[in-house]
Amino acid sequence: MGEIRLMKGNEALGEAAIRAGLQGYFGYPITPQSEVIEYLAKEEPKYDYVLIQAESEVAAVNMMYGAGGAGGRIMTTTSSPGFSLMQEGVSYLVCTEIPCLFANIVRGGPGLGTIQASQGDYFQATKGGGHGDYNMIVLAPNSVQEMADHTFLGFELADKYRSPVLLLSDGSIGQMMEKVELPDPKPYKPNKPWATVGKPKNRERNILTSLYILSDDMEKKNIHLQAKFEKMEKNEVRFEEYRTEDAEIIITAFGLTSRISKKAVDVGRESGIKLGLFRPITLWPFPKKRIEELASKKEVKFFISVEMNAGQMKEDVMLNVYGKKPVYFFGRFGGIIPTPEEILSAIKSHL
Amino acid sequence: MKEGYELIYKRPKTLLDKRMHYCPGCFHSTMHKLLMEVVEELDIQDRTVGICPVGCSVFAYDYMDVDMQEAAHGRAAAVATGIKRMLPDRIVFSYQGDGDLAAIGTAETLHACNRGENFTFIFINNGIYGMTGGQMAPTTLENQKTSTSPYGRNSATAGMPMKMAEIVATFEKVYYVERVSCNTPANTRKARKAIKKSFEYQMQSRGTSFIEVASNCPSGWKCTPIESLDWIKDQVLPYYPLGVLKDLGKEEVK
Amino acid sequence: MPFKGYVEISVEGCKGCGLCVIHCPTECLALNMSDTNSYSLHYAYLKEPDKCIACQNCSIICPDAAITVYKKIA
Repeated sequence: MGEIRLMKGNEALGEAAIRAGLQGYFGYPITPQSEVIEYLAKEEPKYDYVLIQAESEVAAVNMMYGAGGAGGRIMTTTSSPGFSLMQEGVSYLVCTEIPCLFANIVRGGPGLGTIQASQGDYFQATKGGGHGDYNMIVLAPNSVQEMADHTFLGFELADKYRSPVLLLSDGSIGQMMEKVELPDPKPYKPNKPWATVGKPKNRERNILTSLYILSDDMEKKNIHLQAKFEKMEKNEVRFEEYRTEDAEIIITAFGLTSRISKKAVDVGRESGIKLGLFRPITLWPFPKKRIEELASKKEVKFFISVEMNAGQMKEDVMLNVYGKKPVYFFGRFGGIIPTPEEILSAIKSHL
Repeated sequence: MKEGYELIYKRPKTLLDKRMHYCPGCFHSTMHKLLMEVVEELDIQDRTVGICPVGCSVFAYDYMDVDMQEAAHGRAAAVATGIKRMLPDRIVFSYQGDGDLAAIGTAETLHACNRGENFTFIFINNGIYGMTGGQMAPTTLENQKTSTSPYGRNSATAGMPMKMAEIVATFEKVYYVERVSCNTPANTRKARKAIKKSFEYQMQSRGTSFIEVASNCPSGWKCTPIESLDWIKDQVLPYYPLGVLKDLGKEEVK
Repeated sequence: MPFKGYVEISVEGCKGCGLCVIHCPTECLALNMSDTNSYSLHYAYLKEPDKCIACQNCSIICPDAAITVYKKIA
């Protein structure tokens, strides 16, 4: 059993990163995630990771590019406007295949927005906010415990696929305090023969570039990346179900809204509405197959996607329900968190 | 080899046996050569990591036989920071043009200098955007004609050409700043010495070294390589004078 | 007394920029205007071998590292 502490989600993320063998953190303060860099700054003297408060998110992501290219286990964390600034870097990191971990502690947008929690960056996270054809694994924790667990998992997946991984959390999970059982520290033994560490006499030079000036070469690179994304889709789909066995109405929700929806399921069941919850844990790869299966179940009458945005994940749900059942939506946005009662009344309006 | 003669100079082995894509007479080629000569002389190939920019030297990694990373436009200083902090005992250089270092990447450049990051900037200042076809750069001389300043750079609207070496020399943690050129054999020898000195300072963890190269762009300037040397002498060097702007190592010796 | 020298210039490596020619203190180099390499460029060559003093001006200024320099063994 690991060490148990009462922590903020952002702090749990930082502590888990250290325990996963963090070697470099590059970030820029932005609410509601600044606790991560603050925590790492406080702990820094005890460990030997590199920590730089960069001059901008643009610089931070490019420091990651350098440090990750040099073989480090590296991370940055930010919140929505900051993650927008990092998008160019994300695209470069995917193409040069540099493993690293991002965390976007989402706040309400668009624009400068609000500092309150939101899920408005779903499209940016799952459809690629940067340029070019790419995907990255997106993990959506819904508790402080998962902030820690997904940080560990994120680093491992990043190395496994030589690719950036994103934790898509939100301001509430980042800020709230919960009990967390911290994973035991794991010594990190990197095996990165591709890293730019200086070329010994007995190997070719290592070059990390995303420039393929001949379109034939660029297409080949894309085919290689697509094959990798396919592997991720095959192996890394994660989801959770709650009382779906006999459910007639399936709520789909991720992150914070999945916890609120769980409550709505219980309350709804008490009043005789057969609710179930389907929660994607990986937003990409999206649990397509399972949604398709649920949509094919005779007893399922409709789906309702509950989100803290204007219905971004609903589109992915619809794509996989494929017209078999209606897919409704209920959401609050701009930093407002829906209540179980609101969710239930939205469901009742479709009965 | 001719009988009775000894070899005194040959192309460094660290420069790959490839024809560089640069135009005839371009100082990018000269600087690649000098960099690799120094890497060979100091025997540091196995611990050198370079960063190439976006611009004409985007393919620099095709020619230099060292590990290299290709940076996004303007971000080489941040990339170099990441590499050097992860691997403090490596020799790291960022190779950047004026559009890259002094326009889109000014923030990264200045902050790396302010932190005194222990790597070498090789700043190729040819006063023009070469790769995209000769547009005005932040370093384009006053009244100099380019494709986006067809009537000459108007300092009233475009400001004055930026003197990056002078700017970065003001940062306390910048250890060594020199402006060099490759327009004469003597100046090219000085450029080589500057690279070597900066790499030695890196090995001693002295802080940031910044080498600005008053460079040419015969194609962008629409002149022959030889005419480009005249332009450097008559137009560029009066505004961007050569020499050591700062050398804390020398001051320490004093 | 200056050294006696000798240079080899790679015909294919030379881009004919002429920087070595104008910086040779003894004017022993020239562009070969009657021939071109496979890139259709007039390449530099050692026109007057007797004048070469192994000063290495040409090799240091040559952007393309196309020049090898030898010195006569005394």
